Amino acid sequence: MSANIAELELRRAASKLGGGQKRIDAQHAKGRLTARERLDILLDEGSFEELDAYVTHNCTDFGMAEQKIPGDGVVTGSGTINGRLVYVYSQDFTVFGGSLSEAHAMKICKVLDNAMKVGAPVIGLNDSGGARIQEGVASLGGYAEVFQRNTLASGVIPQISLIMGPCAGGAVYSPAITDFIFMVKDSSYMFVTGPDVVKTVTNEVVTQEELGGAVSHTTKSGVADNAFENDIEALLSVRDFFDYLPENNRTGVPERPTEDAWDRIEPSLDTLIPPSANQPYDMHELIRKTVDEGDFFEVQPTHAANVIIGFGRIEGRTVGIVANQPMVLAGVLDINSSKKAARFVRFCDAFDIPIITFVDVPGFLPGTAQEYGGIIKHGAKLLFAYAEATVPKITIITRKAYGGAYDVMASKHLRGDLNYAWPTAEIAVMGAKGAVEIIFRGLSAEEQAVKTAEYEDRFANPFVAASKGFIDEVIYPHSTRKRIALGLRKLRNKALENPWKKHDNIPL
Amino acid sequence: MFKKILIANRGEIACRIIKTARRMGIATVAVYSDADARAPFVQMADEAVHIGPSPAAQSYLIADKIIAACKATGAEAVHPGYGFLSERTSFAEALAKENIAFIGPPVNAIAAMGDKIESKKLAMKAGVNVVPGFVGEIDNTEHAVRISEEIGYPVMMKASAGGGGKGMRLAYNEQDVREGFEATKREGLNSFGDDRVFIEKFILNPRHIEIQILGDQHGNILYLNERECSIQRRHQKVVEEAPSPFVTPKMRKAMGEQCVALSRAVGYYSAGTVELIVSGADPSGESFYFLEMNTRLQVEHPVTECITGIDLVEQMIRVAAGEKLAMTQDDIKIDGWSIENRVYAEDPYRGFLPSTGRLTRYRPPVAGWTEDEDANGRRGVEGVRVDDGVYDGGEVSMFYDPMIAKLITWGKTRDEAADLQIAALDRFEIEGLGHNIDFVSAIMQHPRFRSGELTTGFIAEEYPDGFHGAASTPDLVKSLAAIAGFVATAEADRARHVDGQLGDTLEPPARWQVKIADAVHDIEMVDGDMHVDGEHFDLSMEYDPGDRLIEAEVGDEELAVKIAKMRTGFKLTTRGATHIARVLPGHIAHLADHMIEKIAPDLSRFLICPMPGLLTTLHVNAGDAVEAGQPLAVVEAMKMENILRAEKSGTVKIVNAKAGDSLAVDAVILEME
Repeated sequence: MSANIAELELRRAASKLGGGQKRIDAQHAKGRLTARERLDILLDEGSFEELDAYVTHNCTDFGMAEQKIPGDGVVTGSGTINGRLVYVYSQDFTVFGGSLSEAHAMKICKVLDNAMKVGAPVIGLNDSGGARIQEGVASLGGYAEVFQRNTLASGVIPQISLIMGPCAGGAVYSPAITDFIFMVKDSSYMFVTGPDVVKTVTNEVVTQEELGGAVSHTTKSGVADNAFENDIEALLSVRDFFDYLPENNRTGVPERPTEDAWDRIEPSLDTLIPPSANQPYDMHELIRKTVDEGDFFEVQPTHAANVIIGFGRIEGRTVGIVANQPMVLAGVLDINSSKKAARFVRFCDAFDIPIITFVDVPGFLPGTAQEYGGIIKHGAKLLFAYAEATVPKITIITRKAYGGAYDVMASKHLRGDLNYAWPTAEIAVMGAKGAVEIIFRGLSAEEQAVKTAEYEDRFANPFVAASKGFIDEVIYPHSTRKRIALGLRKLRNKALENPWKKHDNIPL
Repeated sequence: MFKKILIANRGEIACRIIKTARRMGIATVAVYSDADARAPFVQMADEAVHIGPSPAAQSYLIADKIIAACKATGAEAVHPGYGFLSERTSFAEALAKENIAFIGPPVNAIAAMGDKIESKKLAMKAGVNVVPGFVGEIDNTEHAVRISEEIGYPVMMKASAGGGGKGMRLAYNEQDVREGFEATKREGLNSFGDDRVFIEKFILNPRHIEIQILGDQHGNILYLNERECSIQRRHQKVVEEAPSPFVTPKMRKAMGEQCVALSRAVGYYSAGTVELIVSGADPSGESFYFLEMNTRLQVEHPVTECITGIDLVEQMIRVAAGEKLAMTQDDIKIDGWSIENRVYAEDPYRGFLPSTGRLTRYRPPVAGWTEDEDANGRRGVEGVRVDDGVYDGGEVSMFYDPMIAKLITWGKTRDEAADLQIAALDRFEIEGLGHNIDFVSAIMQHPRFRSGELTTGFIAEEYPDGFHGAASTPDLVKSLAAIAGFVATAEADRARHVDGQLGDTLEPPARWQVKIADAVHDIEMVDGDMHVDGEHFDLSMEYDPGDRLIEAEVGDEELAVKIAKMRTGFKLTTRGATHIARVLPGHIAHLADHMIEKIAPDLSRFLICPMPGLLTTLHVNAGDAVEAGQPLAVVEAMKMENILRAEKSGTVKIVNAKAGDSLAVDAVILEME
């Protein structure tokens, strides 16, 4: 072997070792894998091609000149997931605690630049103690360089962040800009300021886990989209998730073979809606029985569960699903559910993913908490998102579609392409009892009951809306999948453009 | 013969009766409550009449509504099925008054046998052995305690008008009597409108064997052999079979003739069942005692049909129409062996708690009510018969009995019938609510069940700590690992056929590490050939992504496995247990060693509502000290009072609910310190 090749091998080996065996063991002891092990799980076997393995920092302060480790705390490059190209970076906690130096940041920027050039998604595995303090402002500049690229890439290529260790301070804003954030339970946390600072400033005592753990962010804040049990489950799940996403905003959704018949009939759906209007049912059942093979990747399942969002496939092609969930708060729209669904609708629209909306919504949640919290603006986000979306939009009203919430949930008026209703649908300005109280004031209880029954007869069905063309057809519940599949085939070449603008001004 | 009959019942038994009536060319009328508006029996019947709200007390138990329905539809006779009005003399009398035939026994026989105290006196008079006990009215708890002490513990307290396991309580000591006597009275009053209770000696290691009686209105009474129903849980039958592995021809004859004599004494006709308690300890078979006579069709009648070839519903209708029995005792034979398992909506993994709700998936192994059309007592298709009253997307209502279906198998031998049960249960798909399929499958495989050494204590003795899935063998686990590897390969192969790939379609990973409980197997597919731990493994199966039931051949043995995807593997259900298979690609499997096993949080501090129901009683307040096992609350669901006890001793910290609250499953009722 020539000396040059020996040198290459030596350097590669040095780079691969990261922070050394002792630090690797410490990482393992915490139940966490190393940056490279994580990539081994995420990517197809042997597909990872590394970039910048020999990059080191150029800091000389505080004795850093003597401490250089090739790679500088982040492993970057590209590979494939089920054969499809993806760019990746994986922060290496064994090297300077994964802290972000200028050089470290530039490696991430190179990955983002390359991905943007070729139109491939980026997956970032975050495990970093934060800024490289020794570098000071250079590190801050590095963060901002990443933020800028994340922002420009937004809506062009899918960006996914996995939080697999600490992610604090400025570091949180890169994942925050990306499309999806996944976390690992009991081993990852995200916050702008940690418990110590919180204690000093506000006197509030809180643990890392409570403040910014996976459970907090996937239930309370909604910052993260899903929480997984451990590194392996998280990475394998992201592989599954990646399979739904298009490579970029021009390629359209991926397609894969399925044996699930497009016209599969589901007789059990004919009895999904309970006989009593006040009885809830699980909207997940309808979703699972509609999509291919019952496979539904739910996003944010534990946050604002009154609306369900996630990806499925019809005839092997990805669709985005938005659905009210009668099991939680009767499926009402509130601040959190509006924000959750709005961002998802915009993701789907940006990446050419058709949107299927299942509607059973009694309206918007009333109350001071909601009004003071700005439900007007937040509800408007969802309205805006649906109204601006130009992808194929198919809407199925299963039961209630009341008031403004009817308009919001991908109604015909918001350029819904196919708006179907089940025979159990009730499309009305409000529930019968409330309506009667307003139309006929001062009636006796008996008179009110009579009028309520009249109002129900008139509006507690889909046919008034259908007579105005707001509903294209009233369909059998059992044929829902078939109708959607057929609709999507017909809408495959849908062309619709919004007027030119620099960008819109969504009510943020 | 009748032209039109009405079925005063619901669920599977209504379907059962309609099925035979239709074959006989008789039109049928169903009656239904609100909850049953969409039920199959309503669809199956020629006509259906709505008779009121969901609670049985406001619909199925109101005789006037049934009679009005008969008049409105012109039904000439009523089949009452089992439960509800089937053993109410007042109902039979009311029908008689309206000149509507009752498809069942004469009123006086119902009256004589329906009352446990009266029937016992009658049996004694007829010279039938009876279990020692107190025959008469019991005044109060003190009296009950005195009686119990005279008879000697253990004793059984029974609601006089009870049946089907409801309103029965076992007492091992004075405290049990004091705790249970009033509750037994209450259950009797609530369920049957009669609060009389009687007490008798409880026979240890007893077997429950019953004789099927069939008589006509011309004085002919036959016995159609026995059924053994020893496998019970809290006096509710779970497994029934015919014939009994304990009964010899001599014993059968002795039991049969005595039961016929008793029936004759009350002028019995139609179908009826004399329940006997038999001491399994006495090999002579002479220790059998009269327990009670059920003057109706039994839930478990199909096993008798399967071995005798006689359609009991048909016979009941013919007898009610005045026909003579077309057979004699000599015609009654035993052909093969039949076993019935009651598939209940109750969760054996959660203490058998009732689990009502929507059947999001319901696929029986053979469609309910299909049969081979031979006049063999309806043995179903190839020996597998399903009697059900539910459907895919239907509901098991909280208002009624939580039985989902009856699975009946017939084989030439007992083992054959039991093997058929196991195979059929593996293919029985029920989702949306908890069910006991794993549990009954485990019983079918249990060596003690196979040996025929049954007692009514079987379940309590064999599953003292509850049920945690049937025991599995290393061979079964290995087969499941191979199946999981096969499925993983197929899924990965399909995933690799997505469009937009960087290069040529990649080969799917074919090496997997499968971990089931503590067993780890390396799986490799080489040119479609399965290798487990480096050796060829004889597995033949097909799998398309999305399949929920896999039919595999391992060697020359068939194995049906229900499969559900998980994030890192599959849930595999077969042979009475669910196995979690963690499936990792071979090249990364070693990394799993670094993952930290998470310990589930200790929930024993919380009293969690185990099922949706009504909190009827809360025994404690915040600050109270409680002992392990002490009753803390009572939740009523499915008409049953479920006592929730303290899992460990401690002090109550917070109480989150109050009596009268409707609670969801997993609601935290109270927290301990």
